[in-house]
Formats: sequence, C-alpha cells, structure tokens
Amino acid sequence: MELTVRHQTTYRYETPASQVALLLRLQPALLDGQIPHQWAVTVNGVAVQNFRPNAFGDGEAFHHQRAAVDEVLIVASGRVETRDQHGVVSGFRQDVPLRVFLRQTRLTHPDAAVMAFAHSAGGEDNLSRLHALSALVGNVVGYSAGSTSAASTAAEALAQGKGVCQDHAHLFVSAARTLGIPARYVVGYLMAQEGGQALRETHAWSEAWVDGLGWIGFDSTNGLCVTDHYVRLCCGLDAHDAAPVRGSVVGATAITIRADVMISETEPNAAQQTQQQQ
Amino acid sequence: MTFSEMHEQDGAIRSCYAEVKRWIDETGIDGLKGRMEEAEAIFRRIGITFAVYGEGGDPERLIPFDLLPRVFSRLEWERLDQGIRQRAQALNAFLYDAYHRGEILRAGLIPQDLVYQNEAFRPEMIGFDPPGRVYSHIVGIDIVRTGPDKFEVLEDNCRTPSGVSYMLENREIMTRMFPGLFSKGLVTPVDNYPALLLRTLKEVAPPACKRDPVVVLLTPGSLNSAYYEHSFLADLMGIELVEPVDLFVDNDRVWMKTTAGPRAVDVIYRRIDDDYLDPLAFRPDSLLGVPGLFHAYRAGGVTLCSAPGAGLADDKAIYVYVPEMIRFYLGEEPILSNIPTWQCGTEAGLAYVLEHLGELVAKEVHGSGGYGMLIGPQASPEAVAAYADRIRANPGGFIAQPTLALSTVPTLGVSTVVQRHADFRPFCLVGKQMRLVAGGLTRVALTEGSLVVNSSQGGGVKDTWVLRD
Repeated sequence: MELTVRHQTTYRYETPASQVALLLRLQPALLDGQIPHQWAVTVNGVAVQNFRPNAFGDGEAFHHQRAAVDEVLIVASGRVETRDQHGVVSGFRQDVPLRVFLRQTRLTHPDAAVMAFAHSAGGEDNLSRLHALSALVGNVVGYSAGSTSAASTAAEALAQGKGVCQDHAHLFVSAARTLGIPARYVVGYLMAQEGGQALRETHAWSEAWVDGLGWIGFDSTNGLCVTDHYVRLCCGLDAHDAAPVRGSVVGATAITIRADVMISETEPNAAQQTQQQQ
Repeated sequence: MTFSEMHEQDGAIRSCYAEVKRWIDETGIDGLKGRMEEAEAIFRRIGITFAVYGEGGDPERLIPFDLLPRVFSRLEWERLDQGIRQRAQALNAFLYDAYHRGEILRAGLIPQDLVYQNEAFRPEMIGFDPPGRVYSHIVGIDIVRTGPDKFEVLEDNCRTPSGVSYMLENREIMTRMFPGLFSKGLVTPVDNYPALLLRTLKEVAPPACKRDPVVVLLTPGSLNSAYYEHSFLADLMGIELVEPVDLFVDNDRVWMKTTAGPRAVDVIYRRIDDDYLDPLAFRPDSLLGVPGLFHAYRAGGVTLCSAPGAGLADDKAIYVYVPEMIRFYLGEEPILSNIPTWQCGTEAGLAYVLEHLGELVAKEVHGSGGYGMLIGPQASPEAVAAYADRIRANPGGFIAQPTLALSTVPTLGVSTVVQRHADFRPFCLVGKQMRLVAGGLTRVALTEGSLVVNSSQGGGVKDTWVLRD
C-alpha cells in the first residue's frame, strides 16, 4: 500500500518569540515494509535537512530560528510505501542493548497495581503474554479523548480506567518491562481502517522484543499488531522521550500548539504523476 | 593502627618530612601561627571561598587553610602516579564499553542491570564515539592512606571534580609567604596544571574543527558554589567563561555571542550537570541549558568535557567493579586497591551490614560530600538504629565499608603540631594522552580523631608536596 501523509504542527505565540529552537524526529526510517518517497520537512517554508540517527536509530534534526516570529509552522510530508509485516519491525540498526528498554521512567514507573496488572496477563510464552497484555490494556483503559494529559503516567491511566493512545502505550510498556520484556514507546501515523474514524493527529503504540522474532509492534488502542496502515516515525522509553517535535522558545508568552495529520492511500494517478516527474 | 605520615614507628621523623620539620623548628609555633593569620587574610582578600564538589554549603565561606604541607616522597608518588593513571584509563575504557557493545557485561563481570538500569546511564549516548573515546577528561580520585605502602581509593569523580584551584592557590600562597622553602627546588611544581588542562581540552576538539580549537568554560553562574574555581581556571587558561545564555546552536555547531558577532566554539569544559545542559535533550523543565547542544555534540560539531553520562563510572555501586575493569581492559593488576564494600542491594550484603552497622561506614549510593552517611563507631545507638531503618526501606540505595584507619598528617594546633586524618584528591587529565601534575588536594579533618575531611563537616585544606629526589 502507499500512503500519502501531511503532518503539520503549528506553534503560535501571543508575543513574538525572539528565538526558537526545535528538535525534530519527523523522518520515517527506511525499514522492511516501510519505504519513504519524497519525504520533506520544512519549518516556515525552509527545508530541514541533516537528519541524523540518534541513539535509538531514529532520524533527528535541529532547527534554530533567530528572527522574531509569532508563528512556527512545521510540515512533514511525503509518501510512504508500506507492506504488512505481521507486526514484525525489522531492517534497522539493532545495536542498542536490549536491556536498556527495561528502564522504567517517571511516566512508566509501575506501582503495585500496574505490577499486579502485568502479572495478570497469561500465556505460554512471551509472545502470547504480550498479545494478552495488549488486549487487556485496551479493556481496562477505555478510550476517552481528553481524559488524561501529556504528563499522565501509566499508573494513573490504569487507576483512572480511561485514556488515549499515549496512556495505552505507557501502560503496555510499563507492564511488559515489569515482566522483564524489553519494550519501547513508538510514535507514528495511522491510517484508520475502512469505516473507522480518521485520526487527525499522530498515533502512539508500542514495540516489545520477542526472542527469535525481534521487535513486534502492538497497538493496544486498536487491539492489533501494526500493519501496512502504520508509518513509524520514532521511538523512546516513554512519550516524552519519543516526542517527534520538541521546542524551546525564548521571549514568547502564551504558546498554543496545534497538530494536524492527514493520511490517506495515495490516489493511483497521483503516484503515476510523481513517477513521471522522476 | 593509625599511620602517621610524619613519623617512623619509633617516633623518628620520616626522611621526606625532614625539610618541613626543620622549618617548623626554625619558625616556632608562635611564628607559624602568626603566618597562618596572614595566609588567611590573603585568602580572604583574593576571595577563594567555595565548597568542593557536591558538598553544598555556603559559597561565601572560607575553607580553613592549614600551613603545614603534606609530603610525598618521589618513590611514593611514582606508585600513586601509576595507580591513578591506570584507574583513569580503565574508567574511560569502561564508559566507552558501556555505551557500545558492553563486552564487560557480556563477559559476566558486571551485572547488566547495574549499568543499563543505572540512573547515571544516559541512553542518549549509546553508539556515539566522543573524540579520542574520552568521556571523563578530568578524573578526580579520592585516595586515603592506611599504611606506609597502602593507598586505597575511596571514590572516583568522573563528572566535574572540583578543588583543583585549592591545589594551585595553596601552593601559590606558600611560595609567596615562604620563598625560602621552595628556593632549593625540592618540591615538584604544580603551576603548569592550567596549561596541561588547556592542552588536554584542545586535543579532544571535534571533527568539525579545522583550526586551533576555541575552548570555553561553561558555568551555571555566580550563584554556583564552585564559581570561584570556574572563573579562576578560565582566567589561568585564557579562555572565555560563559553561561548557557551566552551560547546558541545553529547548523550543528555551537556559537558564542560576542560584541563582534557569533564565534564558533569547539570544546566546552562544562561545569554544569548533565540534567541542565540542554532542555531539548535532558530535563525539559530546565530553564538553564543550551537548546540543541547535545544534538551538536552527537553531530560532531562540539566536544563536551566531560561527556554526558560519564557519571556512570563514578557511581558508588559501579565502584566495586573498578578492579575488575582494570584487569579486563588493561590486563593489569590494580595498583591502588579498592576498599572492601558491602552492597546492601544483595541479600548477603544487607544481612552483614545490618548486623555490623555500628562498626561500619555506610553511604548512600548516589550521595556525596559526607552528607547522608553514617560513621558507625562515632554514632549513637539511636542514630545507628535510625540509619538501619533507612537501609531496610531501600537496600539498593546503600553501601557500607569498614571504618578505615586513615593516616594522619602534621597540622598546626593551638600550641603544638598535632596529627590529623587526611585524604587526597589528585586530578588526572585525559586527552589523546594522560597527564598528571605531581600534587593534588589534601583535605584534613581539623577535629581530633575525626575521619570526615569534607569542608562542609569541618575539614580544611593544605599544600601537598611531591619531592623531586
């Protein structure tokens, strides 16, 4: 399948910012079953280049703007060819020691309830345990937009019983690590299944390590493993660590941030057109 | 039994102290006391007032200076010198390994979780090669002496050890006040330290630097307890002293704002903790820091000294394994020994420590500066019991060591020369090569019998001589 993506992030400042520094992880990697085409990232119309792999292998670029601005518009767009890999994420650098992904963070730190929850997932082996865990996460934390904040922890999501994709992923990685299974938080794009509601923002899911198979992508929000409907951007130990856009501003007050993602299957003639141009 | 560095067992003066003894006799106690007041007045005038790394306390407070130097013979120093270099090299090799393949972990010599779950481990550093593979460019090793031939390492400081300005100032004052003591050339100089530090920093310039490297010293600012040392060292090296707000990152390079426009910076000797270096990479709630600094570092546009994550190597739980590191990376036997250490995080360690706490020195794994530690033999039974409760609540956070018979050095008392316990912190420089000035910081407990030399707990400092012969 080929997906066309346009991901727009807007920072608006009530009084102009004298300096804006941005750390961007908006470059989908070339993976087995994920081939980006003509992917471009711009900030206020200026192309951002020099994406370099960070410690976890995700492309990262830094952008610095010194002129006074009252708005910063970040656009990542292009086409991504995807293939269903049955959840297996492969084809990228694998030199991060796996046990690093057992590190719990402030956002994933398991309390007694999360630990008990983790151990309630049954299964013969780690793979079946992870599938059970992913399903459990979706069951015990109902989807409810706006019920949590960016600072909510895995333990809070479980206690509250509702949340969004960020909370599902936090709870999943927290529980998997509790079971001794390396797990990480992933950010990317999801094209909704036919009939599903279109997602207008980035999506979050998780990856867990299964010996013999490698990293497997679990989307606990939708109760399935990743398919050709997913575009993987970057990962981290938690939502903060994996943020695709981080900003630091000098001088501005009252910052509002708005993200907007448009994703659809590429129209056949649009793809043809670009091919002709090449 | 306590070893007195000035005396043989039969009470005779050890030969390396002959000159000091001659000088004490010649000047007399009253004469020395008069000169001591003079020395303190000079210290106050030049404003050298600050606490040693991590000790906190009042930055405006004067640390007591003791006039009588501590002396090492040439032979003693040669062994110390080798042991210090060996340790500094192994600690850097370990850091490279920990952020790459983790061979020492694969070999089963250090538990994986002690590294990968360690708070001081920075996942952001994985796979990155700092210039020269150096992580800790200034290694401060705290050493105690427990016998004529026995030097033991108390702890390592791999982040930004401070105190070197005392080494320089103590010598400066002594030379100024007693030129006759140094005119015979018996004592090895230490005043080349700033030049060696600058050479070390320039040696680790990043790949992007194609000229004589521009080096700056990055300080959190004048409220920091070691600000005096920051400005002192920058001044002696002839480099700019900057605060985070003076720097910015653009095009994967770091720039210093100057009246003549932005100027590229190649090497940053930072005296700021990892957490406050870069709000985009580390603590997002930090108002300090230079946004994008870490990205420029990984891109090879600037070198940070020390590297973020270098603190992993001086973690008190990792300390236990330094002798193993020396054997593993260098194929050598450790020259300086470790102090036997019980880790309360292990079942056997916890049981032993709780049973013998009254005889032990217990410390927090992440603590420093003598705060939060218990000296069993000097503590009340209530204090020991309360500390035992703290250990039980979080065993992994504590280690314990035997109470050591620290050596004593001559110190000026009220009416006589007295013997007081001391430790020693040399500063090993690591660039493309290693450099070590023959000297360091001697801290001395000014209270009789006290084993705590930290300035926050009533310790003082003194000049340290390494004889040339």
